[in-house]
Amino acid sequence: MSKINLLKPDKQNLSTYLYSGSFLFFIAIFDVFLSSFFGINITSFLPNSISFLLPLILGIVGLHLIRIEFSGIKNLDLLNKNINTSTFNAVLTLLIIFTVIKSIPPIMSWFIIDANIAGDTKEACTGSGACWTYIKIWLNRFIYGMYPNELQWRINISFILLIALAFVGLIPSEKIKKFLTLYYVVIYPIIAFILIYYLISGGSLGLEWVETGAWGGLSLTFIVSFFCLIFCFPVGMFLALGRRSELPTLRYISVGFIEFWRGVPLITVLFMSSVMFPMFLPEDFFMDKLVRVIIAISLFEAAYVAEVIRGGLQALPRGQYDAAKSLGMGYWKMHIFVILPQALKLVIPGIANTFLALVKDTPLIFVVGLLEIVGMLNLAKTNPKWLGFAMEGYVFAAIIFWIICYAMSRYSYNLELKYKTER
Amino acid sequence: MSDKIIEMKNVNKWFGDFQVLKDVNLEVNQKQKIVVCGPSGSGKSTLIRCINRLEEHQKGTIIVDGNELTEDTKNIEKIRAEVGMVFQQFNLFPHLSILDNCTLAPIWVKKMPKKQAEEMATKQLEKVQIVDQAKKFPGQLSGGQQQRAAIARALCMEPKIMLFDEPTSALDPEMIKEVLDAMVNLAKGGMTMIVVTHEMGFAKEVADEVIFMDEGMIVERAATKEFFANPKSDRTKLFLSQIL
Repeated sequence: MSKINLLKPDKQNLSTYLYSGSFLFFIAIFDVFLSSFFGINITSFLPNSISFLLPLILGIVGLHLIRIEFSGIKNLDLLNKNINTSTFNAVLTLLIIFTVIKSIPPIMSWFIIDANIAGDTKEACTGSGACWTYIKIWLNRFIYGMYPNELQWRINISFILLIALAFVGLIPSEKIKKFLTLYYVVIYPIIAFILIYYLISGGSLGLEWVETGAWGGLSLTFIVSFFCLIFCFPVGMFLALGRRSELPTLRYISVGFIEFWRGVPLITVLFMSSVMFPMFLPEDFFMDKLVRVIIAISLFEAAYVAEVIRGGLQALPRGQYDAAKSLGMGYWKMHIFVILPQALKLVIPGIANTFLALVKDTPLIFVVGLLEIVGMLNLAKTNPKWLGFAMEGYVFAAIIFWIICYAMSRYSYNLELKYKTER
Repeated sequence: MSDKIIEMKNVNKWFGDFQVLKDVNLEVNQKQKIVVCGPSGSGKSTLIRCINRLEEHQKGTIIVDGNELTEDTKNIEKIRAEVGMVFQQFNLFPHLSILDNCTLAPIWVKKMPKKQAEEMATKQLEKVQIVDQAKKFPGQLSGGQQQRAAIARALCMEPKIMLFDEPTSALDPEMIKEVLDAMVNLAKGGMTMIVVTHEMGFAKEVADEVIFMDEGMIVERAATKEFFANPKSDRTKLFLSQIL
């Protein structure tokens, strides 16, 4: 056994360094764990500051001892390469681990351990954690807004039908596959509109009319997002093509449109749609508030989508245009079969980005008096019987939005993989 | 019927202030094979790109198969469908399989039934010997295979004229031959061809006439043997001495 030099761990005494280093490292973690979860300080006999810093010091020494290059142990090498390349990295690693350990107990206690969900009044919430009772009692409003309780089956049926119809693309039949694009781009939105117009809105077929002002909550979030996504995409695509058109009039109109909508804040657009727009309409012409809002958001987002798609169009080599033209394809054939499929594939991440932003912008429709989920939360938190639960509400909304957006993000990532081809 | 298929008279073209084509006159008969050579920047590519109007000329007339190419673009797609073109960078459509690359234009431009288009594509891919790659995507093929697929794609439109814009310049040396072989076969089949290339071996084997261009002008046009044996202008002699 050769001499042990604590400053320079080497391969000869691998096991000595490894065991002593790991031991110190785990002592450090254990110390933080105990103090975080059980409030026990095993080093309380030391002066305060040393006791506070001890886990970090032990951890640094421990990680230093196991920092042995080319040890021959695969996992150790991997560990050293990724989180333990230098003392600085070791400190960062330790601080991150400590922060995670330290933050688990308070989060757990707020969310679960000290939280309440039983009862139906504010008084049931006695713990120091979250009051999920509040969410539970108001959940119906958060989902359906002011939609009458006894009519909510109409929303449920519409959404179940729409979700079911969205999976038509999975039917493995060659006959159907031909029409899938047509189905998703044209037929599906029309079905969605019919369902929402006749079933959710009602007013005919013996169904009671529910004015859009009463719609709200998560279902409104979905309705607004869904139609805005569907409308803004084709509009954006035509704007992108228009901006690259050889016809000057078309080009200037597209540029003007895009720059106008990109230049104004969404909140003012929404205001104008509800306050100013009706002034320009004839007296007897009525357009629903919700319809106006959807049109406004769609046009607003279309400008962003247009610029994203234009980026994709510009990324294509000129040779693709040349080749398509040389085969006798006209403008539309060239774009439909050659240019757009490639350009759109390139901009899937950018489109997804825009769509996520759109979904998260929907709460702004509160300025015209439409209350989707965040709007309902704001309403609920000012209810005199339920004052003081803003935190629970916003955490709830954050979780809901995160689930929606993460699902969209995964979907876009899958699309990217599906259409990935080698160049 | 005259057997002139391409007629260019006093064609001039500018890129901004820079004149790329200066009073170019060119007549090509049916089934003629013409090789265009010259130093880079001499306007060779622009010349053949003018023939299917990928570039617009500003002065002079170009008549392709009896149709004059003008601003009025009503029939330009019809003319392009009759003129096949093969590019230096292959320009296959990367999102489509080789077979779909070949059938796309016949189906959508010539309104050919899908089955017939696929038979045609298979036939053309057989001719260039890559029918076994039909289901693959362009990115999975070697440069030589891609260029041969591009030739097959152009042939699927049953063009009357084939234009080649430096078809072998982007290829590794060992792949040049397979592409040239495909072109030689095509020439033997009686296709009207205009080929911009530096492959003088190919010119000697296939071409009826060779055109030498420099600074946007046709400096010399002669029958192939004559061109290599007795070049007239000094510029041609210099060029030949450098590349042979």
